[in-house]
Amino acid sequence: MIIEARKVSRSYGSTPALREADLSVAAGEVVAVMGPSGSGKSTLLHCLAGIFTPDSGEVWFDGRRLDTLDDGRRSELRRTAFGFVFQFGQLVPELTVTDNVMLPLLLGRTRRKHAERRAAEWLERLELADLGGRRTGELSGGQAQRVAIARALVTRPRVVFADEPTGALDTLTGEHVMNLLVGLAREEGATVIVVTHDARVAACADREVVVRDGRVSDPYTTGAVR
Amino acid sequence: MTVPLALLGLLEREPSHGYDLKRDYDTFFGRGRPLPFGQVYSTLGRLARDGKVTGQSEPGDGPDRKRYAITPLGRQEVATWLAEPVAAEPYLQTVLFTKVVLALMLGRDAAGYLDAQRATHMRRMRELTEVKRGGSLTDALLADHAMFHLEADLRWIDVTQARLGALAETVRAS
Ligand SMILES: Nc1ncnc2c1ncn2[C@@H]1O[C@H](COP(=O)(O)OP(=O)(O)OP(=O)(O)O)[C@@H](O)[C@H]1O
Ligand SMILES: [Mg+2]
Repeated sequence: MIIEARKVSRSYGSTPALREADLSVAAGEVVAVMGPSGSGKSTLLHCLAGIFTPDSGEVWFDGRRLDTLDDGRRSELRRTAFGFVFQFGQLVPELTVTDNVMLPLLLGRTRRKHAERRAAEWLERLELADLGGRRTGELSGGQAQRVAIARALVTRPRVVFADEPTGALDTLTGEHVMNLLVGLAREEGATVIVVTHDARVAACADREVVVRDGRVSDPYTTGAVR
Repeated sequence: MTVPLALLGLLEREPSHGYDLKRDYDTFFGRGRPLPFGQVYSTLGRLARDGKVTGQSEPGDGPDRKRYAITPLGRQEVATWLAEPVAAEPYLQTVLFTKVVLALMLGRDAAGYLDAQRATHMRRMRELTEVKRGGSLTDALLADHAMFHLEADLRWIDVTQARLGALAETVRAS
């Protein structure tokens, strides 16, 4: 298992969002997380990615406890081992497409020349080669999500966390974005955990789990499906 | 065919006459297409022949002088059917609906059934996604057609899952 939540609970004040949620994801796997609004999907993703600390339970990444690391080590891990794609709002609108994609590399002290080369390579892979100089505030939703994917993958992360990456896109654009995300992650050997309400998006994954009332149910391990 | 299993399920509540079974079937599952009496009696006859119900004759005359009761074999058949997801083809709403209502009526695990059905649909969606990946444009468009219908089923499954408590009350109150 590359990443695991073991009996993770998390509340916001008196609102329980996760109740002993379990999830195990193997290296290279693409897993869709589905479930009703407010069931705890985003909270689970944030706990797995070390953005939130669980109130109780454990999070394991690559054989190590993640939830007990201090803040510095955890954000270091997020920067080097994880990539993130959200529904919107993660790009800096005043910066160009290339600068947005380079950002995580520069934060990791990669030399500028090298970062530029890597960004150009990833923009090419996401069919964005012509848009490098454009400000991200001037992109369509589908283009912006492709930039977000380039930025998530440019650091060669072990795990990519995506929360409704196609939530604001139409069917065909969403499918295109999802095929790029999953296809490139597979080429890179990266694991993907994608939260989605969209069954077509979830069907691009290897399997899906359903979050209900803060618990994860996996129909393939609970025996509901033979 | 869902009629024999629906009648069998209705009989699991309590032994009944054909007339009562028809009335309950029409109320819950008829949807404007009442079950003909002839079909009720021929179905009950076949179920009796196969040992899934027994018919107890009562004094008096007329066709409805028999009181039917489910047998252990019949009970087993209902349990198996209710737990089993239907193959993931589009246009299944009425079968799914019948299973959910009967499961609630009999205090069976309707939520578990819906989870299993959801997983079965999702597995088919993944197969169709694979077809699209390798296929021609016409393959892809045909797969898309099936996927949009499966998606409609999945939405219905989720909405029903969310309203299962209220539906259980409705079913038990009738
Ligand atoms: N910052 C917050 N403060 C208080 N409560 C919160 C906060 N964030 C989430 N919650 C609550 O925690 C629960 C789980 O929320 P979460 O965002 O994880 O759900 P979700 O499954 O991602 O929903 P959606 O599909 O709508 O994005 C909900 O009851 C929500 O109201
Ligand atoms: Mg969310």
